Amino acid sequence: MSGLSLAFTLLFYFAGAVMAIGVLLRVATYARTPAPLKIPTTPAPTTATGVGLRMLREVVFFESLFKASLWTWLFGWLFHASLLLVLVRHLRYFTEPVWSWVAFAQPFGMYAAFPMVVGLAGLWARRFLVDRVRYISTLSDHLMLVLLLAIALSGLAMKYLFPTDIVGVKAFFLGLMLFDWQPLPTGGALYLHLSLVAALMIIFPFSKLLHAPGLFFSPSRNQIDNPRETRHLAAWAARLEER
Amino acid sequence: MAADIKAPALRELPTVPPPVTPDAMASVRPYVASEKINEAIGFPGKLDEDWQVVHDKAIAHMGSLLQRYRSLKVYLDACVHCGACSDKCHYFLGTGDPKNMPVARQDLMRSVYRRYFTLPGKLFPKLVGARDLTPDVLDDWYTYYNQCSECRRCSVFCPYGIDTAEITMAGREILDAVGYGQKYSNEIIGKVHRIGNNLGLPGPALLDTLEGLEEDVKEDTGVDVRFPLDQKGAEVLLVTPSADFFAEPHVESLIGYAKVFHAAGVSWTMSSHASEAGNFGLFIGNYDQLRSIAMRIREAALELGVKRIVVGECGHAWRVAYSFWNTLAGIGEGGKDPFSVQLTSQLDMRYRQPMHICEFTWDLIQRGALTLDKDANDHRVVTFHDSCNVARASRMGDAPGGQFEIPRAIIRATVNNFHEMMSGTTHESTFCCGGGGGVLTDELLDLRVKGALPRMEALQRAVDEHGVNFMATICAICKAQFTKVLPYYGFKMGMVGGVHQLVSTAIRLGGKS
Repeated sequence: MSGLSLAFTLLFYFAGAVMAIGVLLRVATYARTPAPLKIPTTPAPTTATGVGLRMLREVVFFESLFKASLWTWLFGWLFHASLLLVLVRHLRYFTEPVWSWVAFAQPFGMYAAFPMVVGLAGLWARRFLVDRVRYISTLSDHLMLVLLLAIALSGLAMKYLFPTDIVGVKAFFLGLMLFDWQPLPTGGALYLHLSLVAALMIIFPFSKLLHAPGLFFSPSRNQIDNPRETRHLAAWAARLEER
Repeated sequence: MAADIKAPALRELPTVPPPVTPDAMASVRPYVASEKINEAIGFPGKLDEDWQVVHDKAIAHMGSLLQRYRSLKVYLDACVHCGACSDKCHYFLGTGDPKNMPVARQDLMRSVYRRYFTLPGKLFPKLVGARDLTPDVLDDWYTYYNQCSECRRCSVFCPYGIDTAEITMAGREILDAVGYGQKYSNEIIGKVHRIGNNLGLPGPALLDTLEGLEEDVKEDTGVDVRFPLDQKGAEVLLVTPSADFFAEPHVESLIGYAKVFHAAGVSWTMSSHASEAGNFGLFIGNYDQLRSIAMRIREAALELGVKRIVVGECGHAWRVAYSFWNTLAGIGEGGKDPFSVQLTSQLDMRYRQPMHICEFTWDLIQRGALTLDKDANDHRVVTFHDSCNVARASRMGDAPGGQFEIPRAIIRATVNNFHEMMSGTTHESTFCCGGGGGVLTDELLDLRVKGALPRMEALQRAVDEHGVNFMATICAICKAQFTKVLPYYGFKMGMVGGVHQLVSTAIRLGGKS
């Protein structure tokens, strides 16, 4: 196995560990931190089922964003929905035999890369064209979009410009998962694509990408509107009553 | 009207957001609280002369808040700078100052959070927009966390529900912890503890005022409508904002509540110990203050032995009562602990506790217990301004959205001419009056006038299209703010009033035939 294959093997173990442990720790912190007061943004659902549906609408349709800004919603939703299809498609490199629903999604996932690029480009354009968004954009906001765009474009390049030995790539990743390490096929676009993906995984738990798990812990969205019916008391607040 | 403060011109509807104008409002800040004011409510009197001490205290307090408030923790992490909120704040729309965009207001704190509490901010501050806490940053906090009315409009539109009010409250809480509190709110909190209400009206003066009101109503209607104070054994304890006792137009609503109680034959009382529904502990984000101010209501209820607690027309007070009283003071259902049971065993739990005066009145109207003459309000063409804390932080009735429907139902039952303002400016998307959340002070008048712009534009359209001449609302701060700023936009100050002011005009006393 070449030095480069070994490097990528180690890189992906490292990136996978950082992402998994980092997100878990973050989520554990969110879960442990109490929400002392009832602060759902009302009108809010009065039942747990209702809250589940509210959350589902936020996650699937980006309901609040839709109310806020149609352009941001359009590009944001396009990007996220395409990303989901692309990720599903990529499961074929980690499963043998390939799950039937992954095989089914394959053609959609192939073309989803294009709307994904459109969505990212639209989101990035907003950071230059809308003065309010330009004002709040930090260097990392730009770089995050550059990173995602580069991942999408290098992926497309592997498909359309520099054909890659994807059978070999699959063998490499299955090998990673089974601890039976295999060499990584050669290819500049492939190296670039994989390096950027690893970078994204490492950055994830330390960045604004935490908006993904964060949404589920947002008290203004996940609380039930029932403060008159049930008494809501955080542990640290309950101790005040013992005085 | 102050000579140098001008209302911005009303824009064409539908409007486009103003261009970003950095530092447009940088010089507008409230008076800093004096040592005496701060110390009276347990805060350090003033900033330490050694910056390092201030710095360390502020960061330590931020760390403690991050462990106690999930909202703060998640909201500081989750923002992606998408800009969805950037054109939603009335203060941004009225001033163009970019630090009045909710996301930028949050970033004043987020940048510091990133620097001290996250890895990338510690390693690469420039990259992620992290910065040290410096005296300039703290001054920026003081300026812009006191230019937020905690109205939650931004949280409606944020894809993660990030509520800038939570960040503002944390900001003010940290400022208070280092002795950099705001005079207006802290002075009022001192008064509520010392005297019993925000306006500093002592018991005897209150009694006098209420007797005067009894005489006025007798003169007007010929009916002996009582305004009882500290009446043990009454059925209902009414807790209302102290502005209702003598400010115009607030007092008209108080008269309305009294007439409703009279007509319904329900015995009721107010309390000199808890002669204030408002709770400015909310505005400064301080849990201890929030709790100790709420405890006065509990104490009064226990002392007077009432069966029900009803809250008058006040936006943030209703948020505190509806959303927090059960938590803070055990006023509500579901608590099995001795603290809760002590009160719930006294209250009549067949009724919602606490109950909004609009819920109370609407129940009576539905049961046909009130005689209402809509024609008496025919000189009025009415619209309704949803108050932010009622709209986005509470509920009335059993179904979500009751906070919108019930006040409107009362209005429809009491007037013939009612028109909505344009959609996108009412219900959950309502615009703040511009004076909420602890900014209702004269030195912030410039901010208040400009912040009222989006509401004034919608009102102007309702005036042009329907001849509206009365804007009803159920919030003491909205009433005070509009009374002050309406003239800047060429409206009469008497155009604003309470929902129970309409009830007061329409209700026929002297027994149902």
